[in-house]
Amino acid sequence: MAGVARVSPTPTDKETLSEYRRREQSITLAPVEEQIGDSDGGETSHELLTLNFGPHHPATHGVLRLLVTLQGEIVRDLKPIVGYVHTGIEKTAEDKAYWKVIPVVERMDYLAYYFNSMAYIGAVEALLEVEVPTRAQYLRVIHLELNRIASHLIWLGTSALDLGAVSIFLYCLRERELILDLFEMSSGQRMHTRYFQVGGVIEDIPAGFEQKLRKFLEIMPRRADEYGAILNSNEIVLQRLRGTCPLDADTLLGLGVTGPLLRAAGNPWDLRKATPYSSYEHFEFKIPVGTVGDNYDRFAVRLAEIYESVHIIEQALDGLPEGPHITGDRKVALPPRHELATSMEALIHHFKLVTEGFRVPPGEIYYPIESPRGELGCFVRSDGSSKPARVHMRDPSFVNLQALAPMARGGYIADMIAATAMLDPILGGIDR
Amino acid sequence: MPDATGLELLAQELGDAAIETVYFRNRATIVVDPAHVRSVLTALRGKGYAFLASLHGVDYYPEEPRLGVIYELLDMSRVDRITVKLRVPTDAPHVESVTEDWPTANHQEREVYDMFGVVFDEHPDLRRILMPEDYEGHPQRRDFPIGGEPVIFTRDESKWLESRE
Amino acid sequence: MLGGATPGLPGLPGASAEQRVQSLNASQLLRGSAIEGPNPSAHLEGTELERYVEERMLTTTLDKAVAWARSNSFFPLAFGLACCAMEQFHAAGARMDIARFGFEAFRASPRQADLIILAGRVSIKMAPIIRRLYDQMLEPKWAISMGACCSSMGVFNNYALVPADKFMPIDVHVPGCPPRPEALMHGVLKLRKLVQDNPDVGWRERYDAVGTEESP
Repeated sequence: MAGVARVSPTPTDKETLSEYRRREQSITLAPVEEQIGDSDGGETSHELLTLNFGPHHPATHGVLRLLVTLQGEIVRDLKPIVGYVHTGIEKTAEDKAYWKVIPVVERMDYLAYYFNSMAYIGAVEALLEVEVPTRAQYLRVIHLELNRIASHLIWLGTSALDLGAVSIFLYCLRERELILDLFEMSSGQRMHTRYFQVGGVIEDIPAGFEQKLRKFLEIMPRRADEYGAILNSNEIVLQRLRGTCPLDADTLLGLGVTGPLLRAAGNPWDLRKATPYSSYEHFEFKIPVGTVGDNYDRFAVRLAEIYESVHIIEQALDGLPEGPHITGDRKVALPPRHELATSMEALIHHFKLVTEGFRVPPGEIYYPIESPRGELGCFVRSDGSSKPARVHMRDPSFVNLQALAPMARGGYIADMIAATAMLDPILGGIDR
Repeated sequence: MPDATGLELLAQELGDAAIETVYFRNRATIVVDPAHVRSVLTALRGKGYAFLASLHGVDYYPEEPRLGVIYELLDMSRVDRITVKLRVPTDAPHVESVTEDWPTANHQEREVYDMFGVVFDEHPDLRRILMPEDYEGHPQRRDFPIGGEPVIFTRDESKWLESRE
Repeated sequence: MLGGATPGLPGLPGASAEQRVQSLNASQLLRGSAIEGPNPSAHLEGTELERYVEERMLTTTLDKAVAWARSNSFFPLAFGLACCAMEQFHAAGARMDIARFGFEAFRASPRQADLIILAGRVSIKMAPIIRRLYDQMLEPKWAISMGACCSSMGVFNNYALVPADKFMPIDVHVPGCPPRPEALMHGVLKLRKLVQDNPDVGWRERYDAVGTEESP
């Protein structure tokens, strides 16, 4: 990339704010040599304009700030600035007992809340070496895949909103209401449900959940067909998505990108198939893979994943085994309420777990899962006490955001908006 | 994960750079000397671990050296993971940046700098990413206070209003 | 009555025949005469006239009328920060429809909005920006703090968050994490009632802050 200025790497404390602002501007400083489609023979000089797509913008998904250097309407450089919804989740998690960290960590990537808690709980279960019963694993898979569908529906709705197809947004919200009804049936909350606990799930599914879920599974593929048909026959959407912002798989791998973005570029890497966790190996499903790696492939891959998730849930529901919904290890999981009246040990365990929480043997572990945006990993370091010493969530959106600059360079602003939409960034995950 | 013997062989190949190996819950970790981290990662890339999944920091507060940086590497063709760890003290927190070889480390190293204060030399653009640019302190360190507002209950409301006068 | 400028109605010099007929019809309606017919019925006078008029017209103060109009047509600012924004979308969706109250016009520009719904957690980096957005909004303006994170500190009581009360005046706090769309509606309707009952011209009067305007 020509004309890139390298700034001094070590910042000083006496650095003034204006110095910072100068460095914060886009670093393409040299005048651009090649003239794009210049009809008057290169006589006019092109100025570079740095435009701020501020944190408050209807088309950025959340509070993302982009400093865009434009030559006319062509994006020459792009710099994302994040941190506007930084909540200190990792710091708060160090202050709470292990099971109290679950609601805190769930609010990180706020569309994939089950995935956040799954990554954290998987790490803690690996440290504790506790067995999760199969019924709990299947229930986890059902809820994870329902959450994947819900996350893709919001992505579809907001992306279509950005591209101009406004009615898709309301249709997707209609389906998402059905999914949130199901979550409310199983756990009482629509979002951030605290349904997964260390060792299993907090409660078994109620009567009527299965019927409602089957009815939903009947409707969902037909509705996904409708949305695909609407968008695939919309000439404007197709022109905005086809051939724009392509990026090849090697660049993406260098940038650390995983998930639907990598699969759209042709690399079929999916942690559910590569390193199956929580009994994903019992289910048969396909991985949608794109060919060109442009925006249309990213859109098509995510749309196809909805069908695959429906298929997984059907298999999980058909094969749901009987059994406990949480591990029987009383040092880790609360005993059932009726035992508290009769058994002294159950009472003591309940008391210890609720007041202090369980202790985890010292160690460090990194547990990755496949969230709707890519590899979501949780690093937990425990020092033997009842509170974690470090919880770090490797969020896929944080790493995928680095791919936005190469994607948008050379294209128009409208392509940059489409690329941001297809990137599916969730600022809660980026900023934690 | 390479099993325990594979891990030992790997550590021997890396020679002086590898200080220690840890094999815990079927996961392999190599603790390396901070001065050689870039060469270690390049050597591991040669062995097939071509994907840097995560770069994050830890604060081992009472133990010295205090600040740790952890690199999670992934081999996609053999589905293998390995962890590389290094530790630096707070008074000399300089680590060589690996952004040239692994472009994914850009934002992640900035986050480690922001949250822990580890300075990555040769990083193209090292500045705070999550906190405001003029923030002082490194929040994720264990001795940084958690902060927050006192919770005001309605029974204390008169006291709170008085203190505001 | 006929053929002259009626009291209270401007007699336009070049008024056309239709206009005179319309103004006559209006006055006859008020006065209680039948519109058609060669002999309009007798004019009502006194208390009968008053009662007749009261049955057909609504009188109110201008303040109250304006407050009613304002309360039924909030233009919310499309501003979502975090998880509460997802529930805000659902409040605008088809099941919990915010449009049946008239609030579906989410404006993107703060200059065109009069209600800011702070949906989500406010970090210290974002607080000055939200304050600037609030200042850009034109009077009269209201603010709803949606969710526990901006009303108080919420789940995260730590260094990174600011409760919204610290930097801007909030009219209604909606608790929840995240509040259900019905809860958000309840908050918006409470604000609507607030606006209808207390017609006001700005937050400075409400919060005893008259005199704190910045000098131009």
